[in-house]
Amino acid sequence: MKYEAVIGLEVHAQLLTDSKLFCGCSTRFGSEPNTQVCQICLGMPGVLPVLNKKAVEFAVKMSLAVNCRINPRSIFARKNYFYPDLPKGYQVSQYTEPLSEHGHLEIDIDGGRKRIGITRIHMEEDAGKLLHGEGIEDSNFSFVDLNRTGVPLIEIVSEPDMRTSDEAVAYLKALRDILVYLRICDGNMEEGSFRCDANVSVRLMGAEKLGTKAELKNMNSFKYVKEAIDYEIQRQIDLVENGEKVVQETRLFDASKGITASMRSKEEAHDYRYFPEPDLLPLNVGAKLVDQARETLPELPEAKRARFITDYAIPPYDAGVLTATRELADYYEEVVKATGEPKVSSNWVMGELLRLLKEDGKDVGDCALKPSAIADLIGMIKKGAISGKMAKEVFEEMYKTGKPPAGIVKARGITQISDESELAGVIDRVLEANPESVDRYRSGKVQLFGFFVGETMKATKGQANPQAVNKILKEKLAG
Amino acid sequence: MSITKKDVLHVADLARLALTEKEIDLYTGQLQRILSYVEKLSELDTSGVAPTTTTVPPETAFREDRVTPSLAQEDALRNAPLSEKGCFKVPKIIE
Repeated sequence: MKYEAVIGLEVHAQLLTDSKLFCGCSTRFGSEPNTQVCQICLGMPGVLPVLNKKAVEFAVKMSLAVNCRINPRSIFARKNYFYPDLPKGYQVSQYTEPLSEHGHLEIDIDGGRKRIGITRIHMEEDAGKLLHGEGIEDSNFSFVDLNRTGVPLIEIVSEPDMRTSDEAVAYLKALRDILVYLRICDGNMEEGSFRCDANVSVRLMGAEKLGTKAELKNMNSFKYVKEAIDYEIQRQIDLVENGEKVVQETRLFDASKGITASMRSKEEAHDYRYFPEPDLLPLNVGAKLVDQARETLPELPEAKRARFITDYAIPPYDAGVLTATRELADYYEEVVKATGEPKVSSNWVMGELLRLLKEDGKDVGDCALKPSAIADLIGMIKKGAISGKMAKEVFEEMYKTGKPPAGIVKARGITQISDESELAGVIDRVLEANPESVDRYRSGKVQLFGFFVGETMKATKGQANPQAVNKILKEKLAG
Repeated sequence: MSITKKDVLHVADLARLALTEKEIDLYTGQLQRILSYVEKLSELDTSGVAPTTTTVPPETAFREDRVTPSLAQEDALRNAPLSEKGCFKVPKIIE
């Protein structure tokens, strides 16, 4: 490779508060346009914003989770620009003194670990939504819905530490997992509650000086992030190879074409004239708030994964799947606690349960099936009360109805007969009814073994435990 | 610091103001005089002094995360020159 790419990411995460950052309007998604707005978020004259405490607590939690240093004092600033999604004419953000700085997180890449630096995390308010196109006949106008205006965001800015699109995606996934674990963001990229801009530049391998960067926007899935970055890296390499210059600009990803294209913004678009927001006092976070946030931090995805591998001796793949969400991990741990069988439990939860949930497009939280019922089923298989094959059918019914396995097995009459004295009685009757075959078997025609197994199964309506039948038959036929 | 015609045009553009030649000359002179007057402050050595952004005691005023009633949609749109389908209607934004 002659060139290397340098990638830094800016992530906007919508915080899961009930009300907006500076007013009491609801943050609910999908309501009728302009029904969650008030004098404050509409930017009427003479109103005063008041900071939402929970939003600060959430931002502090995220800062701690990615090892950022919290600034005891940070200030809000006005970022000035005119755009119809921003009724005030400025966005309240943080600029020179952000909430926290100097963090990092680690990603798994190519079988190794890599540390990605986090420059800063700051708080800001979201802007409204512009609706064009679909269902809007009047082509000379845009339509503005300001319900989202003022919804709390944190912006997480990384160091330019990533070199490939795979590293960028791994970083984004790690970041999103943490936000979702902390229950401070739903991580939904399609609905825009987790958004990413990428700064991409290329340079000759080994060069120290950074190349001119382009800022990529409009990537609302991990797949698009990867495609956009890969396209942009190649585009810049081609430019350099042809002796042309990379222009510093914002480029939009076009998912239908798989390319990035210049936004052709005005030259002066980036003169935001930041200044301290006079309507808000400096934010003094205070040791008490930080301590409380630290005490309520849950076990984070990385730590949980490592613990599952060590404590339960399950493969890293299983551990990765089972820790995808906190709810699933908790569910799995309850099954293990009741069965004492980590790998078997993983097979049922990861294999059967996740398969059925995926078919229904549901989460583990929506499912009627309780962990204790799965544990009961595993116990019944272990005792030989039902076969593994029957268990799968029973499991599907348990999943559909939420009923415990014992009742289903009884109602269906599919109990497996493992009781040796009971089976011995049945086998005795089978042998008595077929004296001729017994003689032929004993004189060397051992292929007849299958015939006896079949007869026994028939006599028990298929409910006999095959292993037990084999064992008893062998003993009895040996004479 | 001296204010040029170019600075005035830049600021006017950011503020979406269309100025006449006469106004440009007028504001260039006025802004120059204002800035020169404020410039006096830099005669003072403030190298060891933290910038004052507020004189209110440093207690952050928080509100609890509680939803309060919003405006009715028709009230929210009442001052808008144009509205339709519950939305503010603005001249088309072209990217």
